[in-house]
Amino acid sequence: MEMKIVRPGMLTTVQDLGRRGWRRAGVPASGAMDAVALRVANALVGNAEGAAALEFTLTAPEVEFSEDAWVAVGGAECAEMAAWQPRRVKAGERLRIGACVKGCRGYLAVAGGIAVEPVLGSRSTFLRGRLGGLEGRALKEGDVLAIGAGEGRRLTDEAMRGWRIDPRVLPAYSTEPTVRVVLGAQAADYGAALLEAWFTVSAQSDRMGFRLQGAKLERSGAEELLSSAVSPGTVQVPPDGQPVVLMADAQTIGGYPQAAHVITVDLPLVAQLRPGDRMRFSEVALGEAHRLAFAREKQLAILREGLAQKLNHG
Amino acid sequence: MVRLMMFAPLGDAAVVVTLGRDIDDATMVRVRALVRSLERANESGIVDVVPAYTTVTVYYDAGAWGAGDRPVFVRVCDVIGRHVEKAEHAWPDVVPAKLEGEAVVREEGTPVEIPVCYGGEYGPDLEEVAAYCGLGGDEVVALHSGADYVVHAVGFAPGFAYLGGLPEKLRTPRKATPRTRVPAGSVGIGWMQTGIYPLETPGGWQLIGRTPLVLFDSGRATPALLSVGDRVKFRAIGAEEFAAWK
Repeated sequence: MEMKIVRPGMLTTVQDLGRRGWRRAGVPASGAMDAVALRVANALVGNAEGAAALEFTLTAPEVEFSEDAWVAVGGAECAEMAAWQPRRVKAGERLRIGACVKGCRGYLAVAGGIAVEPVLGSRSTFLRGRLGGLEGRALKEGDVLAIGAGEGRRLTDEAMRGWRIDPRVLPAYSTEPTVRVVLGAQAADYGAALLEAWFTVSAQSDRMGFRLQGAKLERSGAEELLSSAVSPGTVQVPPDGQPVVLMADAQTIGGYPQAAHVITVDLPLVAQLRPGDRMRFSEVALGEAHRLAFAREKQLAILREGLAQKLNHG
Repeated sequence: MVRLMMFAPLGDAAVVVTLGRDIDDATMVRVRALVRSLERANESGIVDVVPAYTTVTVYYDAGAWGAGDRPVFVRVCDVIGRHVEKAEHAWPDVVPAKLEGEAVVREEGTPVEIPVCYGGEYGPDLEEVAAYCGLGGDEVVALHSGADYVVHAVGFAPGFAYLGGLPEKLRTPRKATPRTRVPAGSVGIGWMQTGIYPLETPGGWQLIGRTPLVLFDSGRATPALLSVGDRVKFRAIGAEEFAAWK
């Protein structure tokens, strides 16, 4: 089966859960900015949760399939198709999802997954490195993507009728979120300023990082730092005092002071912010961050289990 | 001898292991040994390893370690600590004579030779560097290609190696305004470091030459030509040899 891109939407790329094992060669993890949305969307169509799907930004693509297909949209809420609800698309039917009305990034999962050739173990597109996905680039009109022969086709309209996702499994998306962080190596240099201020997401925010605007963070220390590894979620502070939250395509090492790190379970909240949205940080202990990550995994496991019953007995 | 080993969390999904105070050969050997030990063991729950200068950062899957009796951070550090100990006991055996399974098989310690065409269109900042350093252009080339370098870190872009060992006389500040496009293969100087741009990217380093070698290719068995700890030499070549390489 094939999926044709009729209209590309905005910055639509193929993403899975990212590359593992290549950061030492300077290749970032990439992968879905909102990994929970990707995993849930995949689960809804019976895919392995790391199957490749489309990530779009503010505007969804319009697509057509060569055969009947099951699809689900997650992440941002869109104007013309309900999120978190699998639906069947007929062969040749044009699937319209529309603009994002809430959130910034949506995921279109297709039963079977998008079957581009993996590069360095992942189908994720790394735009700056021009690798992965389809020719390492954002999709454009007329592109055709192969869909894998997955197991998702056991879904039926009857089985899914009236089914609703348990909202507890989803991140607490907001346009003004409080994002939890664990402190970074240079946190003490900034005192309480990072945790007191509201920041606005600037227009210079992309898959590499979110630039925040707000109170200028003045560093008290002047110790020169050797470059060392960073991670998606790292909040680094360049000399201009405006923090940057590194995201999926961020470079692998950096030399700026690290004030904090967004915890894994709250990265989706950042991923869904639009330029102009506000956010603030609150501190949690490392153990709490791990407890929350484990709780999230449990919720996702329950969702997968419930859906598996539908898929097998629907 | 007391050997430094310090663990610090990098968010909730990585640990920074510091293995030395100074950027020296002994630290580099420890960094390399730990990286190799972790990669060979392929520990479940550990997803990536990034060496840089005096540190090795180990990435783990925050949700995969479950709710145990002891904190996840402690359990992850225990696993890493065992690898540090194993690597230190075993080395120099852990640093094998050949890098197995790599496309570029070379003797440990044998420098990777990078041919560079210096100056002209390939090195537009050679004159500026020479003027800043109070040297002639040919002296810059002789110094740069005469020195021994070691890869301290790989990052910024896939395959971009930060090389230590630049002669002090060649230290030149970065350009006030970075270039929006630096051609692939460009060899640059950024204050006390030198490096090669593997892909066309923006960049602020002073460009003194270009290599015809492909520094990064995701289709190769070893995509990045250089990894942390590798020794590097530059060899000056003319425009003809540069052209013949392609």
